[in-house]
Amino acid sequence: MAESRSRLYQGNEACVEGAIAAGMRFFAGYPITPSTEIAELCSVRLPQVGGTFIQMEDEIASMAAVCGASLAGLKAMTATSGPGFSLKQENIGFAAEAEIPCVIVNVQRVGPSTGMPTSPAQGDLMQARWGRHGDQEIVALSPAYVEEVYSLTVEAFNISEELRTPVILLMDEVVGHLREKVTLPKPGDLVIKDRKKPAPGSRYLPYAPGEGEDGDIPPLGVFGDGFRFHVTGLTHGPEGFPTNSPNVGEPQIKRINSKISSRREKLCKAEELFTEEADVLVVSFGCSARSAKKAVKDLRAMGVKVGLLRLITVWPFPEHLIQRIAARQLKAVVVPEMNLGQLAREVRRCLDGRAPVIGVNRVAGKLIEPADIIRAVQEVR
Amino acid sequence: MGSDLTRYLRVEKLPHIWCAGCGHGIVTQAIVRAIDELGLDPVKVTIVSGIGCSSRAPGYMNFDTLHTTHGRAIAFATGVKLARPELKVIVITGDGDAAAIGGNHLIHAARRNIDLTVICYNNTVYGMTSGQYSPVTPLGSFASTAPYGMVERPFDLCELVMGAGGTFVARSTTYHARHLTNVIKQAIQHKGFSFVDAFSQCPTYFGRRNNMRDALAMLNWYKENAVSRDDWAKIPPTQRGSKFPIGVFKDEEAPEYCESYRKVIEKAMKEGDAK
Amino acid sequence: MRKEFRLAGAGGQGLISASIILAEAIASRTDLHVAQTQSYGPESRGGSSRGDVIISDSQVDYPEVTKPQYLLVMTQEACSTYAKGLAPGGVLIADSTYVKEIPPVDGTVKSYPISERAREMGREIVANMIGLGILAGFTGVVSPEVLEEAVMERLPKSTWDLNRKALRHGFEVGMQMAGRGEVVTERARAQRPGLGELEK
Repeated sequence: MAESRSRLYQGNEACVEGAIAAGMRFFAGYPITPSTEIAELCSVRLPQVGGTFIQMEDEIASMAAVCGASLAGLKAMTATSGPGFSLKQENIGFAAEAEIPCVIVNVQRVGPSTGMPTSPAQGDLMQARWGRHGDQEIVALSPAYVEEVYSLTVEAFNISEELRTPVILLMDEVVGHLREKVTLPKPGDLVIKDRKKPAPGSRYLPYAPGEGEDGDIPPLGVFGDGFRFHVTGLTHGPEGFPTNSPNVGEPQIKRINSKISSRREKLCKAEELFTEEADVLVVSFGCSARSAKKAVKDLRAMGVKVGLLRLITVWPFPEHLIQRIAARQLKAVVVPEMNLGQLAREVRRCLDGRAPVIGVNRVAGKLIEPADIIRAVQEVR
Repeated sequence: MGSDLTRYLRVEKLPHIWCAGCGHGIVTQAIVRAIDELGLDPVKVTIVSGIGCSSRAPGYMNFDTLHTTHGRAIAFATGVKLARPELKVIVITGDGDAAAIGGNHLIHAARRNIDLTVICYNNTVYGMTSGQYSPVTPLGSFASTAPYGMVERPFDLCELVMGAGGTFVARSTTYHARHLTNVIKQAIQHKGFSFVDAFSQCPTYFGRRNNMRDALAMLNWYKENAVSRDDWAKIPPTQRGSKFPIGVFKDEEAPEYCESYRKVIEKAMKEGDAK
Repeated sequence: MRKEFRLAGAGGQGLISASIILAEAIASRTDLHVAQTQSYGPESRGGSSRGDVIISDSQVDYPEVTKPQYLLVMTQEACSTYAKGLAPGGVLIADSTYVKEIPPVDGTVKSYPISERAREMGREIVANMIGLGILAGFTGVVSPEVLEEAVMERLPKSTWDLNRKALRHGFEVGMQMAGRGEVVTERARAQRPGLGELEK
């Protein structure tokens, strides 16, 4: 009915609409601020498209149900925030190990612990990467704009299906609760990827790498389709059965890592502003990047040679982008983030001493202001 | 009788990891025999388990099988069942898995009356980690973490599930293998949440610490102490001692969750069309 | 061009809802960019309530309102809290039903008995629509038709008539406050509204 496809969306709402457009047909969740609107909207919208919503008894159970539904063939998602993200780690690790596609939304709020439930933070950057035991690469995308929430939710599903892996959508309270104008892509313009399925009737080895491009990602059967395969969180061989053999186990663990790390350049999306003519680089993500963008524009207007690298993919870490920009002489790299230096630490690692890294940090719920960043850049000598 | 049950097993994965004298093979056999006798299509059966000795069973069973994290089997199974309600979803769990770390999932699945069949291989002990007490270890008995005797009061899992709203609840033991098979058949056929408390001996970590040196001693203990539900009701509570009831304790009809949710979908889609 | 609106009052006065309707109208019926935020949690309990809208001709970067050019206050408490944050040269519109004292501000102050008028129209609950209408009429940022369409998308049908009436009334009051003439109602203007007061 509307002539235009532009509409006001809340970030959490855009996430749900993006997920449904991507093909999500199962959501299991547990109420937690500031992600609750995602569960509420899924309870309305999913049955309208023939999908299933369930409010589970706890965060752990909702992540478990998501894994189960995905193995039974549905694109599945859960959403949570800090304390719930901690609880979900167990079964995110299971999904990584058992290579189950699914999307986990974390609308970050102030921590540690219960923290400040209605206030924004970005303190789960490292938890997204390292929150589980054992070695596993993870993909995490971090939107800064409501329109980007929509497109990145679609992207999160696409990556999870293509790489058979859990993908984290690392939102924050600002972008989750903010309402902005969103212009939806026309249905035909949206690229939707589905998981590779095994050929019917073949002997199915659910964890056996194959030949050719993307051969490192085995197809995934659907429970009930006749493959009668085994899925376990134990270290397993190509058939999916547990092994204690280092010779069998090591390639499996390495493969779930390399399937992501080897695609770093393809996976890493970022927005760059004036990076090719910058003496000072600002690196940021999510809500802080909006302040950073404003600061960089204002500084440019004042004649300061500053550039912005806004990370959209935060994991795997875009080392190559930072190193490319840092190949020119930078006086400093300024990293605004709503934590005590998690991104700065990673940037410092990539720079390996080539330029000083200066943090602009806030942790108690007040969004970093452009003036904070302008000041930090102006102080660089 | 005499049907070849090996077609339901991944024979090439045998021998199993269980100790000599363990009851878990008997329960596993009862499940596949029940599936066989019911004539279920093995392609439409999914078996989900958690962590522990019991939860290794699905690895040997030739169905779609999902060996999950500790305590979470019922929650994973809920996702499988909701995604494909036409599947028969059977959960294999242990007493530690189902009643301690997974207790929350057990009571809530029972409350929802979702059509899952949960078979608890109940050996009253954590076998995989070599003999710590569980939430069902009897008062006074010994475990590696109850060296002075168990002082926590145990759950009666059947009472727990009935209290939480499960609509089919039964108990049997590995000594009563035929009876066990029959109650599992009933449980699988039941529409709604069904729970079978399958007593299964652990001579290695429970029996030896509690004056039952081997499997035979434990099976004899089941034989001597199990009484039918009706007989149990006739024994005055003060004289029950170590006796326990077996049989079907509850078999009721109530709205099943997947069906209820299917109606939600129909309603939402109809309202969506109306707009 | 970046203009900030703040609508502040007590919980139940519908100011968050009004801010969403304003933002919705801008988002779906104009070429402008818009960002809406509001008070949440403990801030929104304890009685106070706030809806913020930023309108811009380019993408909104920093998403929070810092110094609103347009401030609608519908309780004394909201006025006392937010008046000092008005941008220099900004416009403060007070509901004189509840706001009795306005601290000195570097800008224009306008008063109107918004809640009282809503009561007379039938229900005080539509005071938010009068307030929203005043903001729109004063600034010319959106036409009443566009706001009405947003009302119809966001609010239940049973409330449409009264809400529309309230909006129209507010719009006329706002036009008069800004010293402008007749309400422009052509559809063409609804499709592509100029920036009105915002262009200054």
